[in-house]
Amino acid sequence: MTSLTQQHKKLERNVTLLGVAAFIAVIVGGIVEIAPLFWIDNTIEKVEGMRPYTPLEQAGRDIYVREGCHVCHSQMIRPFKDEVERYGHYSLAAESMYDHPFQWGSKRTGPDLARVGGRYSDEWHVQHLRDPQSVVPESVMPKYGFLAETDLAIGDPAANLRALALVGVPYSDTDIDKAEADLRAQADPDADPGDLAQRYPKAQLRDFDGNPARLTEMDALIAYLQMLGTLVDVNSAAAQEELASETGR
Amino acid sequence: MERVVSRAGIWMAVLFLAVLAIAAAKDGAFVIHMTIVALAAAICLWVSLSTADYGAIAKGILRVPDEGKYDDDPVRWGVIATVFWGMAGLAAGLYIALQLAFPWLNFEPWFNFGRLRPLHTSAVIFAFGGNALIASSFYVVQRTCRARLAFPGLARFVFWGYQLFIVLAATGYLIGSTQSKEYAEPEWYVDWWLTAVWVAYLAVFVGTIVKRKEPHIYVANWFYLSFIITVAMLHLVNNLDVPVSFVGSKSYPFFAGVQGALVQWWYGHNAVGFFLTAGFLAMMYYFVPKQAERPIYSYRLSIVHFWSLIFLYIWAGPHHLHYTALPDWAQTLGMVFSVVLWMPSWGGMINGLMTLNGAWDKVRTDPIIRMMVLALAFYGMSTFEGPMMSIKWVNSLSHYTDWTIGHVHSGALGWNGMITFAVIYFLVPRLWGQERLYSLRMVNWHFWLATAGIVFYAGSMWVAGITQGLMWAEYDPATGYLVNSFADTTAALWGMYVLRALGGLLYLLGAVLLVINVWRTILGHRREEAPLGSPKYDPAADRPVVAVPAE
Repeated sequence: MTSLTQQHKKLERNVTLLGVAAFIAVIVGGIVEIAPLFWIDNTIEKVEGMRPYTPLEQAGRDIYVREGCHVCHSQMIRPFKDEVERYGHYSLAAESMYDHPFQWGSKRTGPDLARVGGRYSDEWHVQHLRDPQSVVPESVMPKYGFLAETDLAIGDPAANLRALALVGVPYSDTDIDKAEADLRAQADPDADPGDLAQRYPKAQLRDFDGNPARLTEMDALIAYLQMLGTLVDVNSAAAQEELASETGR
Repeated sequence: MERVVSRAGIWMAVLFLAVLAIAAAKDGAFVIHMTIVALAAAICLWVSLSTADYGAIAKGILRVPDEGKYDDDPVRWGVIATVFWGMAGLAAGLYIALQLAFPWLNFEPWFNFGRLRPLHTSAVIFAFGGNALIASSFYVVQRTCRARLAFPGLARFVFWGYQLFIVLAATGYLIGSTQSKEYAEPEWYVDWWLTAVWVAYLAVFVGTIVKRKEPHIYVANWFYLSFIITVAMLHLVNNLDVPVSFVGSKSYPFFAGVQGALVQWWYGHNAVGFFLTAGFLAMMYYFVPKQAERPIYSYRLSIVHFWSLIFLYIWAGPHHLHYTALPDWAQTLGMVFSVVLWMPSWGGMINGLMTLNGAWDKVRTDPIIRMMVLALAFYGMSTFEGPMMSIKWVNSLSHYTDWTIGHVHSGALGWNGMITFAVIYFLVPRLWGQERLYSLRMVNWHFWLATAGIVFYAGSMWVAGITQGLMWAEYDPATGYLVNSFADTTAALWGMYVLRALGGLLYLLGAVLLVINVWRTILGHRREEAPLGSPKYDPAADRPVVAVPAE
């Protein structure tokens, strides 16, 4: 021990040495734990059906992020019997591969939303967001009626997609060029969506907030909520087989 | 003269750029933030151009004593900022606690829970805790190095720059400008600003150590140094992102999904580990021995626990992601290191508590020492609870529930809050050249109000968390169905949420006493009061209790 304190005196007398030694001590853990996630193949196992968000869904997601929904709602179902029965199949890594930022959450003051898509009607969501207690009396959720009164104002949807493409979301040039048109067409029953549904399979095209005349933030948020967990058919036979044959999880 | 011109030039340039940014802004949040920046630059420009000596005016208002051996102005401002932001953070916490019991307290869109919650966490961690750390580190590094602060101008930039960061972050949450990464919510330009402030902080701190007249660097400074370096690393990596536009507030983080989650919790856990633990241990290593007038218990223990703490903490992040889609090997690794981390954490507690050897009687007579002891006890308690909750089996129950909230608050209110209050009580008379605090009995009241508050808070959240966890997983053995709907579990927690708010209220009331005490001490008032002391020795009462055999 004496030698340890003697040796340590070198560090104690030299701030550069001390700083460098401390820096080395704190980078090891991060390198060992985080770096492999970028090159170990089975970190994100490939599944059928994942695609980038449509511009409208992404706009809804940005609202979800802005309002801090993740503070009370997780989007990560754990592989326990009760969670799977309550919320649906446990979440797969691939299902959040295009989520910048991820919204797994850390607290459930409200229920998990990873597979909320299609569970309730659009009307239910509008009513629930306007006045949560009118639908669920026990709820402690704040009201979000202002979303229905606020026009969806995104300066340049293409710019958002371009930034997302830069961080690795595979939007094609066509997706980016048509971002504005896609955004409007998805929530407008009278518009011609063109090849939107081909480029974004399973995209839901309709007016979401009950007011076809206006494109509101409510449209965008509900479009996002209604697609959550609907892309990957985890219960299909193929998916089940794939999961059963997994090794090394 | 040259200095005035160059400083005014810098502020003029900042003002000009901010006005350009307002003109070109893509969204409302960016306009509001650039307006704040422009105002700040305009004030700085005015201050540097006008001939009035604002330093002297401020000294008059703050009743600053004559300049001493050390450069303590930024420390005095920091103490006031700590008290101010502490009140703001605690009040916001009480308000959002009430929102969870009484949802009609939400006022959309600005004052909804989702926007106020990051305001509370950032106000407490970064505004209250951060100012306490910066101010105390400037105080400690000067005394332990026997040198004045290096780069005094830069030190003032650190203080004011950090306050601008806080204002931008806090207003950002309310107007909906957030990246949603917990404890790293501010948008890209606020992150860049903080980076500049942090580099200046490192320069001032290391510069002062380089100037030292002591051959050795004191242990408190090892902790401060590792805290500054590590927070810089965490902040830079976790906030890598691509702005949609350089004149808009929106950006998208570099990492997604699994990688994004692990990078975030590598950051998030070590914000706890280095901001709230290493930094506050540094405060402990200076102020506990000073207040107890005893040397640190063990020099060797401080070496061993310093290096093991900073090495091990970094590994523990994945325990925030148990049973998620994060690969199992990473979860297990995180769990193992979290459990191992228990020991070095307790090394700090032992070193602090044992420092009181030979001075334990002061716990009776000195409420400041008592606060420090309670802080160390809560530090020990929550660094035991943490490793326990990181065991996957325990975590399967506790994760996503209020137990986590209770755990965080026993650490934040018990450890960070109490040690900071003790340090403020230590610093204020010394910084303002007063003989003593306005009232030691008020410190005593603060101690008991805060302690009762923590008991209510932690107790109610344990009950709430375990109730929640058990109710979610409750099956009816007869039918095999889940018993409770989610709404049932929400309704079951109402009483606990009210009790939690009561705990928060008591803690806030204690902090109000701190504000009064600090205020009156600075004004030079002294309350006439009977000194705190032990009861007189009474030989008749002081005898062993004789066991009486049962009839």
